[in-house]
Amino acid sequence: MTYGVRLHIWGERALFTRPEMKVERVSYDVITPSAARGILEAIHWKPAIRWVVDSIQVLRPIRFESIRRNEVGGKLSAAAVGKAMKAGRTDGLVAYVEEDRQQRAATLLREVGYVISAHFELTAKAGPDDSVGKHLDIFNRRARRGQCFQAPCLGTREFPASFALVEEGAEPPEPADELRGERDLGWMLHDIDFANGMTPYFFRARMVDGLIEVPPAMSSEVRA
Amino acid sequence: MSAIANRYEFVYLFDVTNGNPNGDPDAGNLPRLDPETNKGLVTDVALKRKIRNYVALEKEGDPGYAIYMQEKSVLNNQHKQAYAALGIEPEAKKLPKDEAKARELTTWMCANFFDVRAFGAVMTTEVNAGQVRGPIQLAFASSIEPVLPLEVSITRVAVTNERDLEKERTMGRKHIVPYGLYRVHGFVSAKLAERTGFSEDDLALFWRALTNLFEHDRSAARGEMAARKLIVFKHEHAMGNAPAHLLFDKVRVERSGSAEAPARGFGDYRVSVDAESLPAGVSVTELF
Repeated sequence: MTYGVRLHIWGERALFTRPEMKVERVSYDVITPSAARGILEAIHWKPAIRWVVDSIQVLRPIRFESIRRNEVGGKLSAAAVGKAMKAGRTDGLVAYVEEDRQQRAATLLREVGYVISAHFELTAKAGPDDSVGKHLDIFNRRARRGQCFQAPCLGTREFPASFALVEEGAEPPEPADELRGERDLGWMLHDIDFANGMTPYFFRARMVDGLIEVPPAMSSEVRA
Repeated sequence: MSAIANRYEFVYLFDVTNGNPNGDPDAGNLPRLDPETNKGLVTDVALKRKIRNYVALEKEGDPGYAIYMQEKSVLNNQHKQAYAALGIEPEAKKLPKDEAKARELTTWMCANFFDVRAFGAVMTTEVNAGQVRGPIQLAFASSIEPVLPLEVSITRVAVTNERDLEKERTMGRKHIVPYGLYRVHGFVSAKLAERTGFSEDDLALFWRALTNLFEHDRSAARGEMAARKLIVFKHEHAMGNAPAHLLFDKVRVERSGSAEAPARGFGDYRVSVDAESLPAGVSVTELF
């Protein structure tokens, strides 16, 4: 038996990039289960546990904004690092911003707020000391005090997430009136299976009065 | 060098007078604006660029403080030949096979490059260890009040091409913000610092970089930019003792005197830090 947690998160901006539009990034309408899991993991995670997102409550109207930035195209080459290590010096191991500049626009979300409902499962790596109660306690304590391993972010690291624990029995914040009714958000990224060659899984997201039920990872509604 | 043991959050205030703090490539280099509030924006990457440039200037050539993401202006590349002279053939497209090897590469990168250690970097390896997340995280800077960018037309008495000689002069445009006070929030994670080896010395250098950020970044476009305040919250616990947003709320920036007239200087604002009501285990210092 596992116990659920509810976490209220909010922020000024968010960018949950659609994989099909990742060069000039376009955000999904709402947070993905994968990003929600990342936020939970930024507060508490051990190899012994795996977070499972059950539902996402959207609190604020969905609004977009566009921003264009100078970025670099290249990644650090492992071979070049190996070479510099052998040579024992850093000369020449640089990326010149001017030579590798790309201007990319991002369509991001403004003023977001969500309540993530989630629970965790113990994994094969769980030792004899790992009990559900222990990890649940650690998470709740940290979330209540605002402690985190690293500042959680809304999709990308330049958009930090503020968070607060929704205590058991407490009423979570009310969603905005604009979110009333049913809305089909289309196919959305569920999560990426890192164990099996980073296979992305998708599900059909449906929002009813702002609430999105997230199907479990192995269900028939989730497809690779 | 051991890594820092405390989590930090900071509020950094800087202002611009008659300059363009960060141009928007989407809007013909107009100062960035939040379209909903008309407040000015400066992206996180713009500030990181300036931090890298400062560190490159202060620590020029010092081992352990190389900068990976360089601008050409700070290029110091005369040793490239020596590097080539060593005659090490790069192995074509061969990536480190095992995780240990990849970890060795990232560790070495962290030890040698300040920006990799502070902000992280992505390395092209197929193993997860090839990606470094740095302890320092910056958000977008946003101005306290809406800014009104001005377009200033300027003339140049010389021409570029010979065929334009009879034109005598060319016109250009400068976009400026008459005055804007910008506020940015930042986070330093002790736990991620552990992984990249970001030390107390590095942190002191980072604060120094923020203090002197604009002193070595003068240009025609920027006008007068100045760092005004750096307020640092230090948590006793490595994981932190209080939520970040509560700490940020302790720093208030208000207009002093009448808010009717547009602000044209830092004196038009009053910054107050409520140090009395801080949560237990958090201390605040105003570095300047």
